[in-house]
Amino acid sequence: MAVSRSAVVLCLAALAGLLAWPAFASDFGVDLTTKILIYAILALSLELLVGQTGLVCFGQAAFFGIAAYATVRFSPEYDAAAIWWLLPSAVAASAVFALVMGALSLRTRGVYFIMVTLAFSQMAYYVIHDTPVGGGTDGIYLNVPPSVAVGSTQLLDLSDPLHFYYAALLALVTCFVMLAVALRSRFGRALAGIRVNEQRMRAAGFSTYPYQLAAFVLSGAIAGIAGFLFAIKDGFVNPELLSWHLSGAALVMIILGGLGHLRGAVIGAFALSLLEELFQSRELMGGFSDHWHLGLGASIIACVALLPRGLIGLPRMLRARLLGARQAGAP
Amino acid sequence: MDLATFLVQCLNSVQFGLLLFLVASGLTLIFGIMGVINLAHGSFYMIGAYMAYGLAPIVAGAVGGGFFATLAFGIVLSVVVGYLLEWAFFSYLYEREHLQQVLMTYGLILVFDELRSIIVDDDVHGVPPPDWLAGSIPLGDLMSYPVYRLFISGVCILLAIGMYFVFTRTRLGMMIRAGSTNREMVQSLGIDIKILYRFVFAAGVALAALAGMIAAPVSSVYPGMGEQVLIICFVVVVIGGIGSVRGALLAALLIGAVDTFGKVLLPSAAGVLIYVLMAAILLWKPAGLFRAG
Amino acid sequence: MFRHTFRLAVGVAAVALLPGLAQAQDKLRVGLMLPYSGTYAQLGEAIENGFRLYVEQHGGKLGGREIEYFKVDDESAPPKAADNMNKLVKRDNVDVVIGTVHSGVAMAMARIAKQTGTLMIDPNAGADAVTGPMCAKNIFRSSFSNWQPGYATGEALAKTGAKNVVTITWKYAAGDESVGGFTEAFEKGGGKVVENLTVPFPNVEFQALLTRIASLKPDAVYTFFAGGGAVKFVKDYKAAGLGSIPLYGAGFLTEGTTKAQGDAAEGVVTAMHYADNLDNASDKAFRLAYAKAYKLQPDVYAVQGYDAAQILATGLAATNGDPRKIDAFRAAVLKAKFDSPRGMFTMSESHNPVQDFYLRKVTGGENTVVGIASKALADPGRGCKM
Repeated sequence: MAVSRSAVVLCLAALAGLLAWPAFASDFGVDLTTKILIYAILALSLELLVGQTGLVCFGQAAFFGIAAYATVRFSPEYDAAAIWWLLPSAVAASAVFALVMGALSLRTRGVYFIMVTLAFSQMAYYVIHDTPVGGGTDGIYLNVPPSVAVGSTQLLDLSDPLHFYYAALLALVTCFVMLAVALRSRFGRALAGIRVNEQRMRAAGFSTYPYQLAAFVLSGAIAGIAGFLFAIKDGFVNPELLSWHLSGAALVMIILGGLGHLRGAVIGAFALSLLEELFQSRELMGGFSDHWHLGLGASIIACVALLPRGLIGLPRMLRARLLGARQAGAP
Repeated sequence: MDLATFLVQCLNSVQFGLLLFLVASGLTLIFGIMGVINLAHGSFYMIGAYMAYGLAPIVAGAVGGGFFATLAFGIVLSVVVGYLLEWAFFSYLYEREHLQQVLMTYGLILVFDELRSIIVDDDVHGVPPPDWLAGSIPLGDLMSYPVYRLFISGVCILLAIGMYFVFTRTRLGMMIRAGSTNREMVQSLGIDIKILYRFVFAAGVALAALAGMIAAPVSSVYPGMGEQVLIICFVVVVIGGIGSVRGALLAALLIGAVDTFGKVLLPSAAGVLIYVLMAAILLWKPAGLFRAG
Repeated sequence: MFRHTFRLAVGVAAVALLPGLAQAQDKLRVGLMLPYSGTYAQLGEAIENGFRLYVEQHGGKLGGREIEYFKVDDESAPPKAADNMNKLVKRDNVDVVIGTVHSGVAMAMARIAKQTGTLMIDPNAGADAVTGPMCAKNIFRSSFSNWQPGYATGEALAKTGAKNVVTITWKYAAGDESVGGFTEAFEKGGGKVVENLTVPFPNVEFQALLTRIASLKPDAVYTFFAGGGAVKFVKDYKAAGLGSIPLYGAGFLTEGTTKAQGDAAEGVVTAMHYADNLDNASDKAFRLAYAKAYKLQPDVYAVQGYDAAQILATGLAATNGDPRKIDAFRAAVLKAKFDSPRGMFTMSESHNPVQDFYLRKVTGGENTVVGIASKALADPGRGCKM
């Protein structure tokens, strides 16, 4: 998938902005942006499945939540775990669940596939919510974030919001670049082919199942990285992290940003979070901010209806409108 | 578990299943015939319940009617609302992909919730059943079964029979069944598919709202009730086979049984069981138990 | 000209040399983190109403300072709790946070309050942990701990001579803690809890378990449910024909729910730190003022909000309006006797109210007091180290 030079320039500019952001932003601004970065990683993982492979998964929250809970459960109660084993373990937990979910769900198609992914995610939700595995419906705490150290030298202090912000940014950039490279490879092209016409691929002798399953596992792992970061950020996880509402929100993000583009996922994460902040803001909305769900719901409907290509498609749409108008009105 | 308890649990399970069927039947029709995934279906259930609460004083004041008058008004109102909703919003969803339908109806849930919050309130309300149905039938020395719950089951059975009759014995039913299997063919036969869809959608909304109305005295009226019923309804529809009303009935009864007995025998696993059941059935029959029609 | 400049200079010097005075003129930033949407929205509103009523009755000031309010809707959603708390603490830089209703959210709030040292007053959430392992010098509660009403009910029920009891509640922290308190008191009083039934939260399908209760034939049933679940449970209980088995519960079973429950609620006995017809002057005045201001009858949530303002005022009076002088604030609050609509109460070492629990029976749709279930009951504050 060729990317225009302007897109690359914009991405680099955005990266520069994010790197410089803490110098200008308040503590709250950095906190909010860190949260958005984590959601952006979650959105990226879903984009891989939905936008690139054509598998509409309604259970992404399960991967997110399982890694978050694993992070808390695997950590000692009052000591710092070493990130070098905690992160892979948490991600592995999600990846294994994704493997099982994928292996079983891929036997169904279409809308049934969507529902089966939802079913598995709900199963994970109820196991965490109702059984001792989850530690209760009010959630559990991570008392000490993991240490990032080599030998006795500490590289990062994850309890420092500024360090954590850059750690999240690093994670986002790493996942983004990794996915971009993967999608340009043979693997990525296979996924694209499967998305466009699975039957044709199979008729050509291509075994689609291993590729789809691999996409599942990779997606689960990346969502797991997001979950790991979320657990550290607040030091608090609860069963609602696995609820279908979060899965739905992730879907809204990638559609809002624009399906089929990695940067669409990131844009969508920013757009949805900022929209929520906008509608909840008392300064801008006054008394209406008490009923902010109304504005948010209407916005989601409007966006999906009017921007089928998402925000990424907006420049092209506007250009077409303007050009079209100019041509029509040209003397 | 002794025999008496077992029988009561069976009654409980059937009643729960039948109510689920009432809500799910509307969903499977909309899903099966128009191919629209409607996440806002749970909201119709909630709207029905709030209608039972909100319309009762108005109906009592205007025509002096009681529970059944409110019910009648509510049904008419929901058909009208369904008709308008289809015309203004849902008809645009038919051409869209499933993902877009999911998201637009997801946004609709938020809108409906907030509208309810503005028009009525966020409080929990009770709706009293009509006096002659408010008693209980004694079963054994200590327990009794509420008459109203039997009434709910009765209404659902009547509606199920009515639906069966309409589908298999009337022209309308024939058109609906044909429309779910082959849309274009029906259109080329000169039947105005748009009006058919509008009618089916309104019927679906009315079924869900009616379920909410008759369930209100038993489940009480509260903000989260739509969401709780939504996911289970999807499970019922998917297990039963999309578009199959017969399948929805069987699946609803099955889920009623699994849920009721699960809660008693394995309380901490009860939540998971339904989804395990769904996954198991889909892996055995990837398109649900029955085909459409 | 010179005189003018001289006066200006004196004025500037005066302001510069009296920073304390200048600061006390600033508005006190009060953050309200409450549910303004969803199932608990009415409770959030009641708490805010109660809080504002107290402030208005005291000239619109607390600790000599005018109030600037900042509101955040916590939606009773634990995943968003940390972000919402940070909005108040980091973005709006509030001096005190009042919140919240839902225990899961409150715990996340308490954690952040403990870390940042922000003053926090909990006007409802009863999670034992808030004045237990999560306690801190800057965290106070104006309501109750889940353990308290349970313990009070257990005491009262044991006194009636009941021996075998079945408990039923939602399987979550509040339910577990309530049943825990009940069991402790009831078994101390010579009774025995035969079985603990639970329903996954927030499920409300009780039929299966009601059938189980009937088959066990206990002397009484103890329950903890609130809101919609409480309405449904009481109605289902009656409809299942279990009316001959006395139903006891923590007060929330019949708080704000009696109208919806209708006849089914008659005779239900609960223990709580408030009731609808208390015979004290503060309550009478409070109910009158509240009804006049808001055209609504107050409930326990409004009282808790009112008392949160009272606690805040008491502490600020001792620190000249400075919420950061936590030791002085705390000392004043621990010493104080609060004249509340619920009666007199004091604050325990772990910052939870030490208060009377009234035994109430629902008669004619109202929670009427039939006695005192437990006098000056203090939460043990297990695990609290300050």
